[in-house]
Amino acid sequence: MKAELVVIGGGPAGMGAALEAKRLGLEDVLIIEREQFPGGILQQCIHSGFGLHLFGEELTGVEYAQRFIDQLGPAGVRLLTDTMVMEVAPGLVRALSPAGLIEIQAGAIILAMGCRERTRGALNIPGTRPAGIYTAGTAQRLINVEGYLPGRRAVILGSGDIGLIMARRLTLEGADVLAVAELMPWSGGLARNIAQCLEDFAIPLYLSHTLVEIHGKKRLRGVTLAQVDEEFQPRPGSQRYFPCDTLLLSVGLVPENELSRQLGIELDPVSGGPRVDQTLSTSVPGVFACGNVVHVHDLADNVTLESRRAAAGAVAWLARPVRGRELAVGPGENVSYVVPQRLSLPVSGTVSFLFRVRKPRQEAVIEVVSGGRVIWRKRRRGALPAEMVEIKVPTADIPAADSLTIHCRGEK
Amino acid sequence: MESRASHREVSVAVFFVHGGGDLLLYDVVIIGAGVVGCGAAYALSRYNLKVALVEEGAEVALGASGANSGIVHAGYDPLPGTLAAELNVRGNSLYPQLCRELDVPFCPTGSLVVAGEGEESALDILLARGRANGVADLALLGRDELLNREPNLSPDAAAALYAPSAAIVSPWELVLALAETAAVNGTDFYFNAEVTGIRVGEETLRGVDTSRGPLLAPIVLNAGGIKADLLAALAGAERYDILPRKGEYLLLDKDISGFVRQVVFPLPNPVSKGILVLPTVEGNVLVGPTAQPVWDREDRSTTGEGLAEIQRGARKLFPDLPLRRVIASFAGLRAVCDSGDFVLRSSARVKGWIDAGGIQSPGLSAAPAIWERLVQLVGGLRELEPRERIKRPPLLRLRDLPLAEREERIRENPLYGRIICRCEGVSEGEIVDALHRPLPAVTLDGLKRRTRVGGGRCQGGFCLPRLLAIMSRELGISPLAVTKSGPGSEVLAGLLAKGEER
Repeated sequence: MKAELVVIGGGPAGMGAALEAKRLGLEDVLIIEREQFPGGILQQCIHSGFGLHLFGEELTGVEYAQRFIDQLGPAGVRLLTDTMVMEVAPGLVRALSPAGLIEIQAGAIILAMGCRERTRGALNIPGTRPAGIYTAGTAQRLINVEGYLPGRRAVILGSGDIGLIMARRLTLEGADVLAVAELMPWSGGLARNIAQCLEDFAIPLYLSHTLVEIHGKKRLRGVTLAQVDEEFQPRPGSQRYFPCDTLLLSVGLVPENELSRQLGIELDPVSGGPRVDQTLSTSVPGVFACGNVVHVHDLADNVTLESRRAAAGAVAWLARPVRGRELAVGPGENVSYVVPQRLSLPVSGTVSFLFRVRKPRQEAVIEVVSGGRVIWRKRRRGALPAEMVEIKVPTADIPAADSLTIHCRGEK
Repeated sequence: MESRASHREVSVAVFFVHGGGDLLLYDVVIIGAGVVGCGAAYALSRYNLKVALVEEGAEVALGASGANSGIVHAGYDPLPGTLAAELNVRGNSLYPQLCRELDVPFCPTGSLVVAGEGEESALDILLARGRANGVADLALLGRDELLNREPNLSPDAAAALYAPSAAIVSPWELVLALAETAAVNGTDFYFNAEVTGIRVGEETLRGVDTSRGPLLAPIVLNAGGIKADLLAALAGAERYDILPRKGEYLLLDKDISGFVRQVVFPLPNPVSKGILVLPTVEGNVLVGPTAQPVWDREDRSTTGEGLAEIQRGARKLFPDLPLRRVIASFAGLRAVCDSGDFVLRSSARVKGWIDAGGIQSPGLSAAPAIWERLVQLVGGLRELEPRERIKRPPLLRLRDLPLAEREERIRENPLYGRIICRCEGVSEGEIVDALHRPLPAVTLDGLKRRTRVGGGRCQGGFCLPRLLAIMSRELGISPLAVTKSGPGSEVLAGLLAKGEER
């Protein structure tokens, strides 16, 4: 089999990239999706809040995905579902499905595998190993897609958005949510989710708290939470036992880069995804990446916008497979990572930089520094770790000589 | 395996038809489905015997056999003259052939005991002990050779004792292979069957009572692991005490596979072999165990202190070990006997009672030699008539096959092409197979251990909903009845308020 462009993953990133590539004139675009249906994790997101930026209306995740699914056929995007990519090399993708082994000669590849949730193991939480411990996303799927209630009394560890949304969802389904515990002194989720999912339902959020022990031999019987000090160590005497049969983990998402590693793509240890340039090109020529496989986004709308840039990058590369000189872009004061991690010269128009701050700032000054000189500066009201910051820098301001560093200065 | 479902009928029939008389349903009843119990069943399946195995859990290898380091030790550690020393060395020599026969992975990695500057003399003691125990080919290595073998080792390492005959196995796969082979050769397995009493009359064994009914037999083999002493007391046999000692472990992601190439020990301390670092046959890195006495024989919880101790110990050997790549932690309980050695004997007080107690480290290494002993002990009580042993149905390990060969399999069964577990690459076909093997998976944990589904870095987050559907379909049960590890560990609490069961 042959395709000009193979997109691995049929979630919002993959569908957005494939549709944009068709719009830009590519003949032959193929999406490979491991599940039975396209849509990715949006299929289990029955809450609203999607599409405000892109469509100017509030959609559920399912509706948002359907807008793209409906376009695939008319646009002529080929779609292989129930198909898992096992091996990938530049120009070659090998996948398995119930129909057998499929080998595809690919002109260009866009990686759009999304992300997965961090688990209990990754956190090293001591205690027993009973039933009743789920990642928030697994519980979301059990409830919203399969129609089952995973438990009746729940504690949620981590205040990531999925955890907050699941606190509300469980409550609406008749379960008791006793607590949401967050290690940091600030929430890991969007402000609107704190208000709509916790405050509206009087679910307590315990900041600077962690889970110190899991109890119960067969099914979860309870958890012990404790307050933490500045070094994130439990404060003696602050332990509190919560009897519950369910623990949901909402402790972060990790870009799913197994295939990127196979390709030998350079990864950013902080974002967890490939290091990309402004066209979303990875370090391997002809391989692009977009969406949560690059870095975890807060909004599906932003994933779609990024996927369009990746498609444009792939289409341009297919037309003219050369790469120019590169300029490194790196995080500075109070910035954890920046995407893109490099610029391929020449650049024109404006360039978007997406980044996350390490600590919240009420009044922030964002600076782009090159060769020791501030080349771009903007004041900004508030910057939170939970909310991705985007700046658009006119490329005319960017000197081609030195690498760029992005800072987020300002008072707490 | 019809036996589990039909057991109650069988025992009821015995009582109705024979009035609970002395009908000998079995020749031998084995208590405990760990490596000793399942191995004994396997070893006895070469003889014309009717054997039953009772296990209180829902699966094989739920005790120490499923939560240990997976090492076949060379045998320099136990004190000369002990049963542990003798059977460790003998067991080690039996392993390569055994694993070939059972088709389970066996990796002869060798092991190193690493000493720092000024500690080298401790290695001489181990070397002398190993030679006294009859361990072959032990050698002392200097720093250069050591770093050559393990480039990531701490620069503080000065010398090591190298034991080429040490190896790693998957203890769980081994126990399952033993149990499945026993099952296809006629051993009846009774899971979720707790032993509630031992029937003894005139100082002679009559059988065991279990929570699922009585099983009558003139010979009972006690391989009850952490509870073996309690069972011996229940039978009225000679007394010994098991002092549970917890060992906690951290399992690291496969993406650091190759960081450590063989089993690497620190110098042993008086209680244990210390915190070691080793590869697993699956390609993960395993770190542990701690050695903490506990009172509760069911306490398999990990602790903050334990996990911290493992990390300290691991960093001492491998300062750059990426401990952030932990994917799971777990704990097992060593059945440490107050005598300090294995207890392998026929009871003088209760004729027909055989103890295999206190089988802690190096129990896995010694296991094949322990079964030999147990067969001899059974042979001392009755005549053994050899018979042919058949093999279990072969296992399909798709992930080990090149994609082109996998395609051939997919043509036979399209479900082999549907990948359910994206982390470990497990197909629906392999899951369905595991649910219909001679000893089928009946729990999610059982499925995970058989196929590795859900055992990777997402730890089942993506595949759990699909597994519930497949188990429900294949086992003919409601998804609400699917358990993690047996009754009481149901995964779901119920349907949504207006939901319908599918």
